[in-house]
Amino acid sequence: MAFTAFASDTALAPQQEPTKRGRVALLLLLPGLAYLAVFFLAPLISLILTSLQRPAEFGDFGQYEYAFNVDNYADVFGAYGGHIVRSIAYSSAATVAALLLGYPLAYFIAVTLRRWPVWQGLALTLVIAPFFISFLLRTLAWKQILSDEGPVLGFLQLVQVLPDGARLTGTDFSVIFGLTYNFLPFMVLPIYASLASLDLRLLEASRDLYANAWSSFWRVTVPLSLPGIISGSLLVLIPAAGDYVNASLDFLGGTGTAMVGNVIETLFIETGNYPEASALSVILMALILVPVAFYVLFTRTEDLI
Amino acid sequence: MRGMRGFGKWALPVYSVIAFVFLLIPIAYTIAFSFNDSRRSNISWRGFTLDNWFGVCQAQDVCTAFGKSIAIGLVATLVATVLGTMIAIALVRYRFRFRSSTTLLLFLPMATPEVVLGSGLAAQFLAAGVQKGMLTIVLAHIMFCISFVVVTVRARVASLDPALEEAGRDLYANPRQVFWRITFPLLLPGIVAAALLAFALSFDDFIITNFNAGPEVTLPKYIYTAAARGIPAEANVIASAVFLLAIVIVLAVQLTGAVRRKRLLQQ
Repeated sequence: MAFTAFASDTALAPQQEPTKRGRVALLLLLPGLAYLAVFFLAPLISLILTSLQRPAEFGDFGQYEYAFNVDNYADVFGAYGGHIVRSIAYSSAATVAALLLGYPLAYFIAVTLRRWPVWQGLALTLVIAPFFISFLLRTLAWKQILSDEGPVLGFLQLVQVLPDGARLTGTDFSVIFGLTYNFLPFMVLPIYASLASLDLRLLEASRDLYANAWSSFWRVTVPLSLPGIISGSLLVLIPAAGDYVNASLDFLGGTGTAMVGNVIETLFIETGNYPEASALSVILMALILVPVAFYVLFTRTEDLI
Repeated sequence: MRGMRGFGKWALPVYSVIAFVFLLIPIAYTIAFSFNDSRRSNISWRGFTLDNWFGVCQAQDVCTAFGKSIAIGLVATLVATVLGTMIAIALVRYRFRFRSSTTLLLFLPMATPEVVLGSGLAAQFLAAGVQKGMLTIVLAHIMFCISFVVVTVRARVASLDPALEEAGRDLYANPRQVFWRITFPLLLPGIVAAALLAFALSFDDFIITNFNAGPEVTLPKYIYTAAARGIPAEANVIASAVFLLAIVIVLAVQLTGAVRRKRLLQQ
């Protein structure tokens, strides 16, 4: 995945085949991979086991025992099906919005600013600048700016775009807005990375062949930046689908905007209903694995990371 | 889109400037409200003051939480950077079986929603009867930082010319000397970049931390809990200071890179 967009040296790297063999490789790999096995893979199994638990027969209220209680899944689908649909809808909308907003920006930085490397570097810094300030404070800042007393709502009512009494925060719009804002850099960076290596002579060639700007954009530029578009879309979709900050009541959400993440948080941390929280986590993971599996199948394994 | 004239020529730069402003608005807001003369809740503007900056630790909870976030970030960064760098070197330089499964194992944590990572780990700690606290937070942070370190350092290892190490060996350096005198110094910029990324990820993490913190309060957890009753301006001060420091570091790295490139071109 174009997570490599974070690493500046990629473009310079000559392809080299690994040559050395031996035990050293095992010594280098083992500690880190063992760590991931214990603290990443095993927890996923714990999650599945917990999602099948049932209330303990002789225990206190809130105690659970291992079982094969598939009913948990039926229960959470029944109770929180709406939240699951909402998570899919919000995260898909945020991904499309981030693509539409992010592509022109990535194009500007990668192609227009190509002749001015210093400005290009500064522009990239501006794109990642939001990462250096607290994610929660950024989201709260938008809450204040979009609030009922805030400048944006007042202006939109003054120019009659929104009727009096309309609200921006606590709506579908504000949650999708927050998700789009927070994960936009994840869209811009991979698209930038694939456009940075775009050979501009290909665009000249397509013009020489009498393509207009529109068709050379759709038939040359977009296909060549497709890897970036796909990586960027996954990098926005995944964190957006599991987010529970933007949709929370104290941030940009309202009473009707709770996503799966909000339910998992409440069930796990506040009510201690571990089996249902785990079942929802497993469902979310399964949903995310669909696009991720497609991505893995169509990408060479070496290019995954 | 060089063929376009008039409107088309200006549309993209103008749009991009608006997009940059959009990205920066909440940052400007957060920094501005670190100077707000607010009493309790920092929502409306009441006048300029420097008191929040000079008396950051007047808000004791904020300061304690900040200290804990720094401590967690340092330990998690150290461990994740060591483990990740070792994997990155093995991936580029060595041939071994199970290469595809190794790559997949490194890729999956980055492709898993944080709420799944957090609740999974919490379910595991619960099953194992581990008390949640500083240790469980650190263990969680190391886990999600490793893959990002591997990605960042691997790029640097791949750009390293193996001939330099061969030259060291030809001059009778033993493997240890080759590593510490040649490989490690050349990898250092990549390792430092990876460590900064890991620290940034750990320092700002809320979702995974929230599931594995127990009673401990990190800075993001403090902000999340305080959001209902209002964030003290001191939290804005700390966030703004961290932001300015990070930006200075990034700009310094970029400037030295630009100067070096210019010098190389002149030679």
